[in-house]
Amino acid sequence: MTSRFKSFPGTSLSEEDFAQGEVLFVHDALKAEYARDTGVGIGAYLAGLRRGVILGSYCSHCRKTVVPPRVVCEWCFRPMSEYVPLRDTGVVNTFSLCYVTWDVQRISQPEIPAVIVLDGASTLSETSVVMGGILHKLSEVDPKAVRIGMRVRAVWKPPEERQGAITDILYFKPIEE
Amino acid sequence: MRKVAVIGAGMTKFVRRALETPKELAWEAAKMALESCELTMKDIDAVCFGTAPDAFDGVHMNGEYVSDGAGAWRKPFMRAFVGGGTGVFSSIQGWYHVASGMFDVVLVVAEEKMSSFYPHAQAAFLTIFDNFTERPLKPNLLWIFALEMNRYMTTYGLKKEDIARVAVQHKRNAADHPCAMLGEPNITVEDVLNSEVLAWPVQRLDVSPISDGAVAIVMAAEHVAKRLTDKPVWIEGVGWNLDTAYWTNRDLVYPRYVEYAARMAYEMAGIKEPRKEIHIAEPYDPFDYKVLHHLEGLQLADRGKAIELYLDGTAARDGNLPVCPSGGLLGVGNPIAAAGLMKIAELFWQLRGEAGARQVPGNPRRGVAQAWGDLMQIGTVVVMGR
Ligand SMILES: [Zn+2]
Repeated sequence: MTSRFKSFPGTSLSEEDFAQGEVLFVHDALKAEYARDTGVGIGAYLAGLRRGVILGSYCSHCRKTVVPPRVVCEWCFRPMSEYVPLRDTGVVNTFSLCYVTWDVQRISQPEIPAVIVLDGASTLSETSVVMGGILHKLSEVDPKAVRIGMRVRAVWKPPEERQGAITDILYFKPIEE
Repeated sequence: MRKVAVIGAGMTKFVRRALETPKELAWEAAKMALESCELTMKDIDAVCFGTAPDAFDGVHMNGEYVSDGAGAWRKPFMRAFVGGGTGVFSSIQGWYHVASGMFDVVLVVAEEKMSSFYPHAQAAFLTIFDNFTERPLKPNLLWIFALEMNRYMTTYGLKKEDIARVAVQHKRNAADHPCAMLGEPNITVEDVLNSEVLAWPVQRLDVSPISDGAVAIVMAAEHVAKRLTDKPVWIEGVGWNLDTAYWTNRDLVYPRYVEYAARMAYEMAGIKEPRKEIHIAEPYDPFDYKVLHHLEGLQLADRGKAIELYLDGTAARDGNLPVCPSGGLLGVGNPIAAAGLMKIAELFWQLRGEAGARQVPGNPRRGVAQAWGDLMQIGTVVVMGR
């Protein structure tokens, strides 16, 4: 049917249409604020971060330790009631050098988001699962020197400044070996 | 289950910013789909609608808001939403409405107007991240794609200049699509490699654009389809699957959820050897590397080897397995839900031999369309044949 239709609907607008006032538009701003309870699993995780400890949760049925901690095991749908401390070191599973912010502002020094696989969580071969993986950022490193497989360690806020938030870890940096 | 056919399709142009509102875009596509099979709303028993996050429009329960444009007035109406997987999923939803015996003729409409979000639709994606463990890090949607692309290319030692050929081929294909936004017959690999680095390894031309647009199809039960057209295109298999909600717990190197969705669809379609039995593929291509990822999940290439389909010409429009002959999201545009349904419409046109300048040679008999979305975790797959 596309070959039968000769014209298609939809009117493309240009910047000029707006500059010349040919298009009417209404500006709108939504305001929505929330105070979210952190819950059982993540509540324990964030309380751990305030103490300088990264907690995972353990399923005694599957014998798996995952992070972030959660109350239910995705594998067996049984409770994951035990919290276990992991180490604050790990391996860069993947990373990016990002030159734009979340609201698309350009930045000259890249942010370095990474998935970091923490030491102490379960690893499984033969599956597409990375149980110790968390999202964070890297710093104190030359962006050009970052590599997948690099070993890194958490850099924490001073204890008195911690709030029970993922940002209690400022970033991860390479371990000198 | 009853056999279900697609019997009509329509779409608007995909544009950076449309004058028309979401309702108006939905109506334009729906009207065209109805005209294409000479039906009116009187013939439609139910309406399925797809659109992505309410955040783009700033309208809560956007499905109900847009419903009049989609033709839902005084009809059974349902909106499906599975992120970027929505467009392909909306046709699965239409399929089970009809296959179940509940309805004989269903109109499926997918619409997206991303341009309203101010100043840039990218920021609307912030709220898909976990609000405790991720959002305080001020993540950017590009992060997860860049992280996935890096993991994928580093694991298999793929080169950026090879992956760029995907973007080049799709944008060139799109030059033959009358609704395309970024069809560029003369684009080169150098153009892609010289484009702005957004989040290394992702560059500007590796990415599909923010777009506005709508697509609609008409689906009918066998006895109705055979009365209305001598060229029905059958839905032979459908599949969908969701991976873990903890995306950092997933090895981003391989989309297992696409594999599971594809296996479900292939089993239903009786396909044992997809590489021989599928003649056209329309995998989801919001980023160039994603096509490769998805071709592997769809079992159309070995892991880490999908790029070879582009390097040896297999994926070209006149190759043995044309990939995204439409031009895909990279070339036609990416109004999210509409872009997924565009792939279903493309298979419909291709399998009927009505794709005009985009027509794949050799009378293709069977195609697969796939989309992906939510927090990078859902695969939606549809096999169509004639
Ligand atoms: Zn378990």
